[in-house]
Amino acid sequence: MSLLSTKDLSRHFGGLKAVESVDFDLPAGQVRALIGPNGAGKTTFVGMLSGRIPASRGKVVFDGRDITTEPAHRRIRAGMAYTFQITSVYGRLPVTENVALAMRWRTGGDEAETRRRVAEALERVGIADRADQLAGDLSYGHQRLLEIAMGLSQSPRLLILDEPTQGLADSEIVDFIALIRSLAGEMTILLIEHNINVVMQTADAITVLNSGQVLAEGTPDEIRANAAVQAAYLGTG
Amino acid sequence: MTDMQKSWALHLGIIALLFVLQFILPAYHHGSLARIMVLTCYAMGYNILFGYTGLLSLGHALFFAAGMYGMSLSIQHLDWSTGPAVFAGLVAGFAMALVIGMLLLRTAGVAFMIVTLMFAQAGYLTVLYFGEWTRGDEGFVIKQELRRIAGFDLSDPTNRYFAALLLMAVCIVITLRVVQTGFGRVLVAIRENEERTRMLGYDIQRHKLAAILLSGTMSAAAGAAYGLLFGYAGATFASVQYSIFPLLWVLLGGAGTVLGPFIGTLFMFYLIDLSSELTTAYMLIAGLVLVALTLFAPQGLVGELRRRTLRWLP
Repeated sequence: MSLLSTKDLSRHFGGLKAVESVDFDLPAGQVRALIGPNGAGKTTFVGMLSGRIPASRGKVVFDGRDITTEPAHRRIRAGMAYTFQITSVYGRLPVTENVALAMRWRTGGDEAETRRRVAEALERVGIADRADQLAGDLSYGHQRLLEIAMGLSQSPRLLILDEPTQGLADSEIVDFIALIRSLAGEMTILLIEHNINVVMQTADAITVLNSGQVLAEGTPDEIRANAAVQAAYLGTG
Repeated sequence: MTDMQKSWALHLGIIALLFVLQFILPAYHHGSLARIMVLTCYAMGYNILFGYTGLLSLGHALFFAAGMYGMSLSIQHLDWSTGPAVFAGLVAGFAMALVIGMLLLRTAGVAFMIVTLMFAQAGYLTVLYFGEWTRGDEGFVIKQELRRIAGFDLSDPTNRYFAALLLMAVCIVITLRVVQTGFGRVLVAIRENEERTRMLGYDIQRHKLAAILLSGTMSAAAGAAYGLLFGYAGATFASVQYSIFPLLWVLLGGAGTVLGPFIGTLFMFYLIDLSSELTTAYMLIAGLVLVALTLFAPQGLVGELRRRTLRWLP
């Protein structure tokens, strides 16, 4: 069953067709990677999924419901969690409060339940020992993990990760891959990612965008073997 | 004690202290403090929007004046008794905040400031335009015999002091409750990072409108109380000067702290009071102290205290 799908989804900025007529289908439970060269329209596409950018044409269906014109906050509450490409935590607030803000609306003001879920999410990404620090005092890698904890705490049906490994050290990337693998099966994940290693090791399926259109779609092996993708993105080494 | 217990103890303690002070203070300071407490409510209303939500208004005199004129005009021209008149002041402030708030939500950043400034200026000119009723700059005195509530004569210094203290206590409790609940925390989140907050599933516009309504109504309550307790309503209170005051008080005391508005108002009042005893160039002294404070305590007095030692201060 498909959790998220788009039909003819397009976004034009003046004459520029940032995203053009994308039909996309994400089955529930899958880990899907969205890749493509810079300027391929990944960020615009995800912006339309999450409601940050209005679509010029086409529609977005989430969980059987047309959400094309729904404002972003309603999509989040419908079960879509979104983590920012550029780390965007509340630097002047404690780590716990960052996560609590992400999901207080889910517990309906039950602070004990909120605290329990906050602890659980921090434990999950491995920064429970930093719970009382200010988010701004965390290292960059930990801030990225905090972002993910904020998303996880919402127990979303779809977790959208926008370039989660950007700027991480190699050892941190290894941990990140393990984290994504542990989440697979619990929720559907859409991963926008530059690091092809991460993609190959985590994704069940890959969608390749190029010049605003879907260039190819398939399993990691199929994508690796696809000549068009190699030419456009992976290089012809 | 948990942080929450500590903060209740501190704030209720300060209210108790102010209660006791009424029996001790000499007449002059007694009167000043009553005035400061009413103005503190104005600053607290301002602080909800500026300190907690991060929206800088340059036109809060509009709400203060809405409360003051809503109250005083209905006493003066509709012959209402004090209770309903105060209520009319609150309704005027709330309605003003609702209308202006809806329009303000279409703006952000600098535009927000300019639009608040413009509306307040329009409000000020409206007061002057209807001079037949408002008596414009000259204003009007509300007769002593009309300033009674439940049998208490509010022009009596003791009653006036207690009325001011009661109002301030209510504002403190409301603010404390707001900052302790999820609603207040979302306001802070909006101040810190609006886009992130939207993408966590919060309706930004609805929260901002609620903040404007609360802020405007609290400011109007202060305006109504000021007119009632001191028996005068005049256009000065709608002027740009009265839009800037709460900003100064809150900045000095500490934006985004519950006690900041009180400390800021108290400090500024006595700063001007004491320096004007020394010299006619008292604004020079006041100005220099303000410059020094912004340099060395940019987060305000209470904000600085929180940063250095009392991390739990709300």
